[in-house]
Amino acid sequence: MKARAFEYVRASSLQDAFEAFARVSGDCCYLAGGQSLVPSLSLRLQAPAMLIDISRIDELRGITLADDMLRIGALTRHAEMLTSPEIARHAPLLQLAAPHVAHPAIRNRGTIGGAIALADPAAEFPAVTLALDAEFEIAGPEGLRRVRAEGFFKGLYETALEPGEILTAIRIPPFRAGDRAVFDELARRRGDYAIVGAGIQGRVAGDRIESLRIAFLSVGPAPIRARHAEAAVAGHALSPAVIAGAQAALERDLDPAEDPQTSPAMRLHLARVLLGRLLGRLGEHPACKGAHA
Amino acid sequence: MSSRIAVAVTVNGQAISAFVEPRTSLADFLRNDLGLTGTHLGCEMGVCGACLVLLDGKAVHACLMYAVQADGQTVQTVEGLSESRAIADIQQVFHERNALQCGFCTSGMLVTAHEFLSKCQDPSRAEIRDALSGNYCRCTGYEAIVDAIAETARGRADRAGIPSQAEQAAKSDAEETPS
Amino acid sequence: MTGSLGPLDRPNTYIGRSVSRPNAKRLLAGRGRYVTDLQLPRMLHAAFVRSPYAHASIASIDISQAASAPGVHLVATGADLAKLCKPWVGTLDHFSGMKSPPQQPLAVGKVVWAGQPIVAVVADTRAQAEDAAELVVVDFEELETVADIDAARAQGSPLINPEIGGNVSFHLKVESGSIDEAFRAAPAIVESTYLFGRHTAVTLEPRAIIADYDPSEERLTVHHATQTPYQFQDIYSRHYGLREARVRVVAPDIGGSFGMKLHVYHEDMAVVGLSIMTGRPVKFVADRMESFVSDIHARDHRVSARMAIDADGTIRGMDVNDVTAIGAFSSYPRTSVVEGNQVIRLIGAPYRFRNYRADLDVVFQNKVQTSQYRAVGHPIACAVTETLVDHAARNLGLDPFEIRRRNIITQDMYPYTSPTGYKFERLSHEACLEKLYALMDYPRLRREQAALREKGIYRGIGIALFVEITNPSPAFYGVGGARISAQDGAIVKITPSGEVHCLISVGEHGQGTETIIGQIVADQLGVDCEAVRVFTGDTDVTPHGGANWACRGAGIGGETALQAARALKRNVLAVAAAILQARSETLDMRGGQVVDAESGNARIDLAEIARIAYFRSDTLPHDVSPQLTASHHFAPKGFPFAFTNGVQACHVEVDVETGFVEIKKFWVVEDCGRIINPMLVEEQVRGGVVQGLGAAFFEECLYSDNGQLQNGSLADYLVPMAGEMPDIEIAHVETPTRDTELGAKGCGEAGTAAASAAAMNAVNDAISPLGASISQIPMTPQRLLRALGHA
Repeated sequence: MKARAFEYVRASSLQDAFEAFARVSGDCCYLAGGQSLVPSLSLRLQAPAMLIDISRIDELRGITLADDMLRIGALTRHAEMLTSPEIARHAPLLQLAAPHVAHPAIRNRGTIGGAIALADPAAEFPAVTLALDAEFEIAGPEGLRRVRAEGFFKGLYETALEPGEILTAIRIPPFRAGDRAVFDELARRRGDYAIVGAGIQGRVAGDRIESLRIAFLSVGPAPIRARHAEAAVAGHALSPAVIAGAQAALERDLDPAEDPQTSPAMRLHLARVLLGRLLGRLGEHPACKGAHA
Repeated sequence: MSSRIAVAVTVNGQAISAFVEPRTSLADFLRNDLGLTGTHLGCEMGVCGACLVLLDGKAVHACLMYAVQADGQTVQTVEGLSESRAIADIQQVFHERNALQCGFCTSGMLVTAHEFLSKCQDPSRAEIRDALSGNYCRCTGYEAIVDAIAETARGRADRAGIPSQAEQAAKSDAEETPS
Repeated sequence: MTGSLGPLDRPNTYIGRSVSRPNAKRLLAGRGRYVTDLQLPRMLHAAFVRSPYAHASIASIDISQAASAPGVHLVATGADLAKLCKPWVGTLDHFSGMKSPPQQPLAVGKVVWAGQPIVAVVADTRAQAEDAAELVVVDFEELETVADIDAARAQGSPLINPEIGGNVSFHLKVESGSIDEAFRAAPAIVESTYLFGRHTAVTLEPRAIIADYDPSEERLTVHHATQTPYQFQDIYSRHYGLREARVRVVAPDIGGSFGMKLHVYHEDMAVVGLSIMTGRPVKFVADRMESFVSDIHARDHRVSARMAIDADGTIRGMDVNDVTAIGAFSSYPRTSVVEGNQVIRLIGAPYRFRNYRADLDVVFQNKVQTSQYRAVGHPIACAVTETLVDHAARNLGLDPFEIRRRNIITQDMYPYTSPTGYKFERLSHEACLEKLYALMDYPRLRREQAALREKGIYRGIGIALFVEITNPSPAFYGVGGARISAQDGAIVKITPSGEVHCLISVGEHGQGTETIIGQIVADQLGVDCEAVRVFTGDTDVTPHGGANWACRGAGIGGETALQAARALKRNVLAVAAAILQARSETLDMRGGQVVDAESGNARIDLAEIARIAYFRSDTLPHDVSPQLTASHHFAPKGFPFAFTNGVQACHVEVDVETGFVEIKKFWVVEDCGRIINPMLVEEQVRGGVVQGLGAAFFEECLYSDNGQLQNGSLADYLVPMAGEMPDIEIAHVETPTRDTELGAKGCGEAGTAAASAAAMNAVNDAISPLGASISQIPMTPQRLLRALGHA
């Protein structure tokens, strides 16, 4: 299980990275945390001619609040989602999802930018960005553009990133008073890819859910927003009937695939159970407190 | 064949300069080039935890990075952590409690335990089990490892004179119970 | 405690003490020396081209590009190795009528499982060997795959081994008493069909081997991560036509074995040939992906069983049919039918009913070989028996403890011969059952369960009795013609400074063999444990023996060490008697000294005896010739096996909406005879239980219809991890075997033997109020949801 040979360059700036990318003929990958890319190369599922190491580019670091948006640099490690006071305050849903992301040592090295760019349908952070209504900063040789999470995830490992582009940051509308966030997933073992998982961020007015965004992982080729379920809840108090309506609506939202361990019907069933439990918690708990199991 | 690249890395306190193939993992570099065979390979895909080392003080899988990526950084392996006695108390309790059998997972367990105990001084058994979620052991059934980490935490707290959660709870129970 | 300690009841005895393992310190410091770690001068690395098909004929192989790739020294095909290596056949004479085809190191002409090695590439580095392996072109013609046990036996099924003329390797029928009569008149019958998934050992250190052939001396040294170095010395010698005395197999530190590392693997045999062909050391370490498709798998049984019961819960008889699929051929040299044989012979073992019938069919299919893995057959026999007992209890409204009390073999019945012919010297079911009842506070758990059910929380309690086979005599393999030793040998010597070396054929893989052997030797020679050094695992150094399998290290190895130490003690005391002009019967060895046996007064230091014996023998009388080295070989001679027993209990909570199960707690009461080191026994049991719980809830090799393993990576094959495993409380009952002085039996497989049965009973106890039941392991959320009628 040794990777095929490849060339390696370390970029010191975005410009540097783009130039390296332009020079290579043949397959080329950017390397950040490498927690998914390296095993893929070891298994020889991928064999790029060159890796461009972008892990030391300062422009990709830092967590800041500016222009009423929380900006999380793409190289921010998963572990920082658990320890950063800015994230705890302004994007608690990320903090709630983080303990479910693989294991401690993977979280020490994996980056949020890498997780988003890979767009694994079973990964926590891509789904969570949908619930957060995040947008992504993308840099290319031609300059910077922004893409909303909604339009970013296009299919199985398919995103709006064009060849050579680098995802530089995630921008998130900050959590406000009255917002609530819950996340949970059903994984066979702690840290496994979940059979199904979901993150919800909602705004509460009195006992009514004014608006909410529900995003699922592991129930389709890409992270999925459950719009029908959202519609069944928005504007209502969280009664058992409303929750049941949202659970029923999931059938129209999700597109679970067959795999050797789990039938589509089972995934849908589990998604409904999970949604019911999460909505229950959304109703019960003050903002984000105790929301992860 | 790709050309070799110069790497300067501090391993267990020693400055190492080497030329490595980019495809050489940090684990293979440590094991084959530096003879630091205490870092083990169990899956080469970041699942088993046998290859954990400290990179700039943080636990990482040596199979999930290339040696060239460690350029300019510091690496500590189980050999270095043993020689510096940074994990001497953990090792001693592991020994007394028989928290290892074949020993192949042990280096990774020690690295996890070391990092975990530096962040969590008074862990519950559930927290310890959670921290070990990425370390596979086929021999022990984990309980002895959980015991050993809990015991190390108690030992450290005792030496620092800090009562544990359990002790505090017991104390407050005792205070609340009229005798 | 039963049985007196007798001659083991020595002052300050080490036997029965929880001594920590001296060799563990080295492993804790990262100073282990596993085969994976070894680098020899001029060592080359092997990689294999493997079959992508489960069943195909090989039309052609083109190695030309690979042979000229950078770093490559040799590219060898099946035909090349067949010129050097005599084929092997995995059958044994005592399994009458069993069939299996001859095997070669690399595929010749056809492939019979996906992952079978076809071409070996030897290069300077493993990466280069893998690069070149990608350049080998093999032209296959795909054949119809047999991936199912029923399809394998169907009329007109494609034949995996046409030379055998069928896909059935072995059939066995066992019958005793009047089974039809027992069922005809039975007031109640319970029955079920069980599926036991294929799983595999997943040792953390994968298989690893370095073969180092020196053509100048025609000498082969193999550094091999194996449980059985002596067996492999014999095999490499015979199959490669080398003189046995020039074949050395060294087993250094081993990263887990569990029965997986004692079978002949095609790659391992090939590596020996590759070293002979290159005249250089060749290393092969299976990577994890290779492990999944080439290590032995285990289980894969479908058992239909029924039990006849009287109205009072007395079991009248059992009728069983077991079909097991073993892969494309039977493994060598132990065969792949032992598991099935043990399943049908162990079913019902704790109980005293006499009417029994079982049929076993062992079937070929296009998958990797299955063979012996920890607790061979036991988990299946135990789960079938114990779940039917619980089923009967539920039907009759009896408590699970009560129905067992009414049926177990009682103390007054020993020695007892089971309907399947197993002879039990003495077991302790009653004591174990009652001890468990108290240990787990059973009534409290039942009250809690009832209270929680009111709240919609479904907890379950499951218990399972087990009987384990340990200390096998030659009845296990030797009688079938296998060159697998049932005896072990030890050499014990006093060093010139009065310390002790023990060289013994049983080996160390982390279970603590070296520690307990050291304890026994130290105990018998009256020296400090620290003064004893134990050597294992080198056929040039340690005596020939069976080494490690079927839980024989403590029982057979321990007795060997004990007898060798006693022989040495007699020699030491003879020298001491000469020096002291005393009678040796009046002397004893204690505290590193020869003492007066009666008063305990010190007479002479062991070091002084050694000094005189080694350096000043001139001062001894003429007729005294000190023999400070003694050896002893021991094989069991009384009962063919030393059976152990015990009982396990599992407490679970089933989330009936998701099918997820939380294992809350686990208990074991076990009786492995004399306990040499309680801590090590308990850790063997805990590790074994967790492997059993892995099988119960997580582990399964999932195959597609065309014979492809679909979850062959450590990310996809779910091994038990710390977060999902419970704390395990253990208690002991001690019934020493009287066949040996030591009285020890095995304990390494006891945990695995009953864990899945206890778990299955617990889950069924939890979901039975919902009218649901499950009889398949692993009990995955999918299967539980199906059982609960959800999906």
